[in-house]
Amino acid sequence: MERKDIEHLAKLSRIAVSDTEADALAKDTTSILGYVSEIEEIAGSTEGEKRVGALFNVMREDSNPHEPGVYTEDLLNLAPERAGQYVKVKKILGDKA
Amino acid sequence: MTITDLRKKFIEGSYTPLDAYADMRKVIDTDDEDINAFIEVFEDVRESAVTATERYEKEGESTPMLLGMPIAIKNNILIKGKRTTAASKMLANYIAPYDATVITRLKEQGALFTGGTNLDEFAMGSSTENSAFGVTKNPIDRTRVPGGSSGGSGAAVAMRASVAALGTDTGGSVRLPASFCGIVGFKPTYGRISRHGLIAMGSSLDQAGTLTNSVRDSELLFDVLKGKDRFDATTIGEDTYPKVQTKEKYRIGIPRDFLQEGMDADVLEVFNANVSQLVSEGHEVVDVSLPLMKRGLAAYYIVMPAEVSSNLARYDGMRYGLRVEGDDLLQEYMKTRAEGFGAEVKRRILLGTYVLSAGYYDAYYGKAENVRTMMRAELNHVYETVDLIMTPTAPTPAFKIGEKSDPLSMYLADIFTVPVNLTGVPAISVPGGTVDRDGVQLPVGIQYIAPHAGDERLFDFGKKVYDEVKGIK
Repeated sequence: MERKDIEHLAKLSRIAVSDTEADALAKDTTSILGYVSEIEEIAGSTEGEKRVGALFNVMREDSNPHEPGVYTEDLLNLAPERAGQYVKVKKILGDKA
Repeated sequence: MTITDLRKKFIEGSYTPLDAYADMRKVIDTDDEDINAFIEVFEDVRESAVTATERYEKEGESTPMLLGMPIAIKNNILIKGKRTTAASKMLANYIAPYDATVITRLKEQGALFTGGTNLDEFAMGSSTENSAFGVTKNPIDRTRVPGGSSGGSGAAVAMRASVAALGTDTGGSVRLPASFCGIVGFKPTYGRISRHGLIAMGSSLDQAGTLTNSVRDSELLFDVLKGKDRFDATTIGEDTYPKVQTKEKYRIGIPRDFLQEGMDADVLEVFNANVSQLVSEGHEVVDVSLPLMKRGLAAYYIVMPAEVSSNLARYDGMRYGLRVEGDDLLQEYMKTRAEGFGAEVKRRILLGTYVLSAGYYDAYYGKAENVRTMMRAELNHVYETVDLIMTPTAPTPAFKIGEKSDPLSMYLADIFTVPVNLTGVPAISVPGGTVDRDGVQLPVGIQYIAPHAGDERLFDFGKKVYDEVKGIK
């Protein structure tokens, strides 16, 4: 794992990293991946099922879990910025779009 | 002091919820500035303690089971109207808009919430050193960690600032602090307690758990908390797994080959003393082979970061939590997450993003899920011949603050606890004795693991063999 790999992953994860941070992360991630790569050897060539536990369907009535609007104010108050009944964010579409 | 003791006294009137509150508050005011078990102490408890005291006077025994019991809550469990931070700058000012199901159930039984306890950021860590609100110290030796990630909950109970606490356990986060703080820590079968209102880390691994002064108290809280919840579709019913019977005497399996490497010699001695005690009490102890168990940590450090990277994508600075201004939307995401998350959280998100990325998914995540299935089969096979499995909770007692500086050495503290979460079985850590470090007697926890839905068996066995905090009878 090198600095450029970390920078790529950081971009995918939407986390800005400085050069120093990227170098430290590259070192740690390399050693952790070294450790977890023994998974290949443990799993061997088994084509086991990729699930844990019994699978079963969970059904419920298709109804409202609560009265509409009861949480609206509380939730909007948590927003970093609001405009009336909306959460305010930066524009989604760029100028080039 | 246990919930059972308090209940008796509250009913008699020899000690009231208000007395309990005053004593607890004294401990917090004297010691918590240094120990830092609490991120926030709730100021409305006194009022509730007064009401509870009045109710005991009028209604006595007919009051709800937990009326007036001071219980601390890990600060990643939502209590409506309270600040729930997950020990992260990202949620430093987040006010929970609803109650977690575990909180609703405790409220119905009259419990008092003393405060929100410290944790490793988003429950990621084994020492409670990775908190945006500072390190929590172990009340038994303040130069040492209380374990993590529910370290504040462990410390709060150990320092007697609460009679019990709730924590969350993704890879050992309830059992490890219980071991390091000398109390009882219980993690239920996956699905027996609702996760609704717990701030998610690894959803296929997370469970709420209890930290208490006796096995009886864990059982009592479990009975209040357990059961299906319409807000958590992964909660299970009483008939999901075959019924696990309780017994007069138990047959206990020890994975000896697992206990050889990296363990402190005197911790192993304490473990062996517990084994001898069990035998002298008429339980049977046999060696079992669980070769996959010691490899569990590798699978865990693939599955968990993968789920972390997905669960923590929601913290984008748009709807709640921290927002750092940027020139455009992308920059705003990148800056918010760079500033809001600490180093360990970033490490796990990046690792998770890597193991889930195209080209690596099968080699890592796919294989890890295979291994989980294999581990579960291995365990089920062993449970055909034994009733419980016994290991130390951790290879060492509480370590020094700052001692484990590289992430991998910190991860190894959870070697005995993560297989339990990977397979979804229940486990309990009970105080099994102490070891001497620099003249201080540090507690050593012993972990017992039951088959799926064997939670009641753990309590039955635990009550037979282990006393209150003193450890083995």
